Amino acid sequence: MRSARLQAFLPVVGVIALVAFWSLVTWRQWVDPVLLPSPALAFKAFWQGMNGGVLGFDFVKTVYRTAASIAIAAVIAIPLGIFLGSSEKLYRSLEFVIDFFRSTPASAMFPLFLVLFGVGDETKISVAAFGAMLVILFNVAYGVMNARKTRLLAAKVMGASRLRVLFDVMLLESLPQTFVGLRNGVSLALVIIVVAEMFIGSQDGLGHSVFEAQQLFEMPQMYAAIFAAGALGYGLNLLFLLVERRFVHWAGK
Amino acid sequence: MNASLALRADAAGAAAPAPAAGARPHVTIRGLSKRFDNAVIYDKFDLDIPRGELISVFGPNGCGKSTLINMIAGLIPVDGGQILFDGQTIDEIKFGYVFQNYREALFPWLRAFDNIAYPLKMMQVSPAERRARTEKLVAHLGIKLDLKLYPYQMSGGQQQLVSIMRALVVEPEILFLDEPFSALDYEMTLFMREQLQRLFMETGTTTVLVSHDLEEAVYLADRVLLLSRHPARIADFTPVPSPRPRTDATLSEPAFVHTKAHCLEVFQREVRRA
Repeated sequence: MRSARLQAFLPVVGVIALVAFWSLVTWRQWVDPVLLPSPALAFKAFWQGMNGGVLGFDFVKTVYRTAASIAIAAVIAIPLGIFLGSSEKLYRSLEFVIDFFRSTPASAMFPLFLVLFGVGDETKISVAAFGAMLVILFNVAYGVMNARKTRLLAAKVMGASRLRVLFDVMLLESLPQTFVGLRNGVSLALVIIVVAEMFIGSQDGLGHSVFEAQQLFEMPQMYAAIFAAGALGYGLNLLFLLVERRFVHWAGK
Repeated sequence: MNASLALRADAAGAAAPAPAAGARPHVTIRGLSKRFDNAVIYDKFDLDIPRGELISVFGPNGCGKSTLINMIAGLIPVDGGQILFDGQTIDEIKFGYVFQNYREALFPWLRAFDNIAYPLKMMQVSPAERRARTEKLVAHLGIKLDLKLYPYQMSGGQQQLVSIMRALVVEPEILFLDEPFSALDYEMTLFMREQLQRLFMETGTTTVLVSHDLEEAVYLADRVLLLSRHPARIADFTPVPSPRPRTDATLSEPAFVHTKAHCLEVFQREVRRA
C-alpha cells in the first residue's frame, strides 16, 4: 500500500529535482541572471502569458496550425497508405520515392513551398502536412502489409471478398501502426510549425513568441514560450495515446 | 488401393458399433497431386471420407497432413486432381475451419460473440438473425463463456472454443481442424478433447482433424488416416471401434489399446521406411 503510493509520486521526482537544481543555480548566481531567470519569474511569465496574455494567443495559433497540418496529412495519407499497402508490389515500386522524401529534412522544402503558397499560413501548414504525411503513409502501408496471414486466411475461409478483407481485416490490423504514424507525424508537424513561425515572416505562434522574446531579451517570456511549446508537444502525444487506447484496445495484446 | 480400403472398412464395420459401411462417401478425392519446389507431397492420391465421421489424420513430420486438409478446404491450390463433396466443389458448400493459431485467427477488435457471428455476416444474414442463430448455437452447445469479452481477455482454450463455435455457426457440412489443441497446455487440451467430442456427438458433422498426438488422434476419431512419408500414400485407414462417449477409462480398454498399438506400429514402419 505504502509502496504503491510512493510509486505514484515517482514521475514528480524528476520535476522537483530539476526545479530545485534550477533554483540553486539562480540563487547562487552560477549563471548570469539575465540569461537564466529564477523558476518563479519564468512561471510567472508563463502564467500571465497564458492567462489572457499574448502567449495564450500564440499557443492557440500554433495548435491550430499543427492540427490543420496533421488533419490534412491524415486525410491524404491513411487512405493512400491502405491502398498502397494492400498491394505489396505497388508499395515496393514506390518505396524508394517515399523513403527518399521521408528522409529529406522537411525544412529544406520551405523555399519551394514559399514559391508555391507565399508567406501565409498555407506554407507553414503545407510543409508540416507534407512531412507528417510521409511518416503516416509509411506506417499505414506497413501496418496493412504486415497484417497477420492467418487472419486474412480466416476471413477468406469464411467467405469474405477481397474488399471485405481490406475493410474488415487489413484496415483494423493496420490501426496500431497507423497510430504510431500519427504520433510521430504530429511531433514532426509541431517541430516544422514552430520553426516556420520563427523564420517564415510570422506575426504569431509559439515559434514567433520564442524568437521575439529572445530578440527583445525578455528571458522569462522566452522560457515561458519554450515551456508552452513543450507542454503542447507532450499534450498532443498524450492525446493520441489516449485516443489509441480507447479505439485500438487490442494493440499489443 | 481403394477397393482394398473399402473391404477393410466393411470387415471392420462388422465389429464396429457405428459403421458407415455401404453409405455414399461424403468427400471423394481422386488423383490429387501437389508439389512444393522439388518435393512431391502428393502424387495421384485417392481418398474417400465417410459421411458423419470424425477422421484423424496422423503421420510422420512433414508428410503433408496439414497440406491435405488445406487442399481439401481450398486454402491452398492443388496441382492436379479433384476433390468433391457430394459431387460439389468447396466453393459450393458450407464448411468450417479451425486454425492451430487461435490468437491470429480470431479478430481481436470484435467481442467473442461478434467473432462467432462473423461468418453469418459474410453470408449476408441480417443482424437480427445473426444474433438469433449465434445465441441458438451457444445455448445448444451449453458452453459457459462470457461472450461479451474480447478474445485477448480469454484463456487460450476459451479462444479456441470461440474459434470452433465460429466454424460451427454456419452449420457446416464439414469441419476441418488443423492441430487445434497443440498451442494449449495439457490440462486445457484434455478439456478441449471432451468439448470437441461432445460437439461432434451433438452435431454429427463430418470432421477432419489433423493431430500430432497419436493418443488424441485415436481417442477422438472414428477412423485414423495414417499417412506415409511424402509422396504421401495411405499407410492405413484404421477404424476405432470404441463406443462414444469415450472417457478416461476408454484409454485403458483393450480395444482402444490395441487400435493405438496398431497405429503406432504402422507409424513406426512408415518412419523407418525413409
